[in-house]
Amino acid sequence: MSPASDDVAIIGIGMHEFGRHDGVSGIDQGVTSVRRALADAGVQWDDVEFAFGGSKDGGAADTMVSKLGLTGLQFINVANGCATGGSALFSAYNSIKAGMFDIGMAVGFDKHERGAFRIDLQSHGLEEWYGESGLALTTQFFGMKLNRYMHDYGITEPTLAKVAEKAFRNGSMNPMAWRRRAMSEAEIAESAMLSYPLTQYMFCSPGEGGVAVILCRADKAKDYTDTPIYLNAAVVRSRKFGSFEVMAPHLSPERSDGPTVDASKAAFEMAGMGPDDMDLAQLQDTEVGAEIMHMAENGFCEHGEQEHMIAMGETEIGGRFPVNTDGGCLANGEPVGASGLRQVYENVLQLRGQAGPRQVPNDPKTAYTHVYGAPGISGVTILSR
Amino acid sequence: MPTQVPVAEGVFTWPSDEPRLIASRCTNCDNHMFPVQADCPRCSGVSTEPVELERTGTLWTWTIQNYPPKSPPYAGNADPATFEPFGVGYVDIDGKVRVESRLTVAEPEALEIGMEMELVIDPLYTNEAGDEVVTFAFAPTAGPDNGANR
Repeated sequence: MSPASDDVAIIGIGMHEFGRHDGVSGIDQGVTSVRRALADAGVQWDDVEFAFGGSKDGGAADTMVSKLGLTGLQFINVANGCATGGSALFSAYNSIKAGMFDIGMAVGFDKHERGAFRIDLQSHGLEEWYGESGLALTTQFFGMKLNRYMHDYGITEPTLAKVAEKAFRNGSMNPMAWRRRAMSEAEIAESAMLSYPLTQYMFCSPGEGGVAVILCRADKAKDYTDTPIYLNAAVVRSRKFGSFEVMAPHLSPERSDGPTVDASKAAFEMAGMGPDDMDLAQLQDTEVGAEIMHMAENGFCEHGEQEHMIAMGETEIGGRFPVNTDGGCLANGEPVGASGLRQVYENVLQLRGQAGPRQVPNDPKTAYTHVYGAPGISGVTILSR
Repeated sequence: MPTQVPVAEGVFTWPSDEPRLIASRCTNCDNHMFPVQADCPRCSGVSTEPVELERTGTLWTWTIQNYPPKSPPYAGNADPATFEPFGVGYVDIDGKVRVESRLTVAEPEALEIGMEMELVIDPLYTNEAGDEVVTFAFAPTAGPDNGANR
C-alpha cells in the first residue's frame, strides 16, 4: 500500500550527545542536532520550509537560524515543559497533514543547572510559602506517587532496582547516552536515599543535549530515504480534575486517570492501533517508579502485573516487550526540551534496524513514545515503518 | 521564648492554641481546595468561601526529604552538614481534601499509609527581627492503634 499524501514521514534524525557539555551552549547543541538530522535526511537547510522548536532553559529555539542560515522559514517556538518535543512534533505533523508545507522540522534542546530542578513558583501558580516550607520538589511527588502505588498494587523494592539496572545496562550500549556505566542492583539500592523509596541512582538528572527530526509528506519520503518511518500519532494531553500530579498543594479524594491514560488512548485511536500492536516503547522514566507505573497507564499491562513482567525480563531488549532500549531518562538524563524527541530518535533507529548492539530483535515494525512532566502533561507518539 | 510568626498569612489560623488550615469550599459543587483559591477546577465555578479544616486526618501517602532542598526557595536549614531530613505526605482530611504537608517524622519505620495524623506548628527559621517563622506540619497522633507506636 503506497502512503497517502496526507500521511507524515520522518526522513531524518539528528542528536547532540546527552550529558554535561561545559562551554557548549544549549543553542549550539540544538544546531548540531539539526545539522546531523539534515545530513541524515540528505536535505539542505534551505529546503526546510518550517520548524517548531523549544527549550526550557537553553534559549529561544528560533535564534538557531542565525547559525543555520537566514532562509526566512516559518519558525515557531514551543514551550510546553516536558512535552515540548512532543508538542513540536504534533505541530509539525499537523502542518504537513493540513497541506500547508511539504517538509519541516521539530527540534528540542536544553541545558539545565546541576542538581534537582529549581522550581519557579510563580510560573506554576504556587505561593511563596510552599517553596519556603520545603514542598516545591518534584522528587517528593515521585516518591509519594510510587509509595502509594506500591501499597496499592504490590510492587516491591527489589523491582525498583531492577528497572535502574536495565536502564544503565542499555545505556552502556548507547554512545549518545550520558551515563554509560552498567551498575549492579545492589549498588543502585544502596546508593543515597533521596526521597523514599527512591535512591540516587533510581532518579534521572537534569542534563543537556539536543535532538532534531526532519519530517515530510509521506508520498515524497522515498525521494529522500529508502526507510521512511511514518508518524501515525502525536498527542499531548493536560490533566483532568482528580488526577495526582506533581506540584499539587492539595489533591481531591475524587480520583481520575492522569493525562498519560488520556494521551495514550487518544494516540491509539489516532493511529488505529492498540497496545498489543506495539513492538517496543520508550516510556517516561524520571525515576524507576515512573517507568513501572507508566507501563500500565499507557495500556501495556494491568496495574500490578509489572512485578512479574520485570522479574521475567519481559521489558529487556530481548524480552517480549522492550522498554527504554536507549537507557531512558535514567541513563540519558533529562534535558527537558529534547527529552521527548530523544525517545523518537531511538525509535526511528530501532525501526530502521540501526540500533547496533541494543537493536531489538525480530525486525520491529511499530514503536511507542511517552513523556510526562509538570504540571501534569503527557505526550505520546506512535511510529511505524 | 521568641515570638512565632506564620510563614504566610491566610494559610492557617494564627495566633491560636489549636491552629487550623484555611481552605476554600466551592459554593456550587462543594469541592474543597487548599490553599484558598477563588476558582473551582472541578466545576469551573467562580464562587468559593473560606473554611477551616479539621485538625486531624489520615496519611494517604508519604515520602522523606532526605537531601537539602535548593535555597531559595527553601527557607529552612539547607546546610548539607546540619540538614535534618523531614517527612512529606498527603493527609486526607475528613474525605474532603488531601493536603500536602511536612511531617514531623522522618523515619520510614514510623510512617504508614492510613495512620492517624494531627496538625502541628513546625519552626522553619529565625528571621532578622529575631522572630521564629513557623509553617504547618502533621504529626502522628498518639494512640494504641497508630502505626507510629508499633
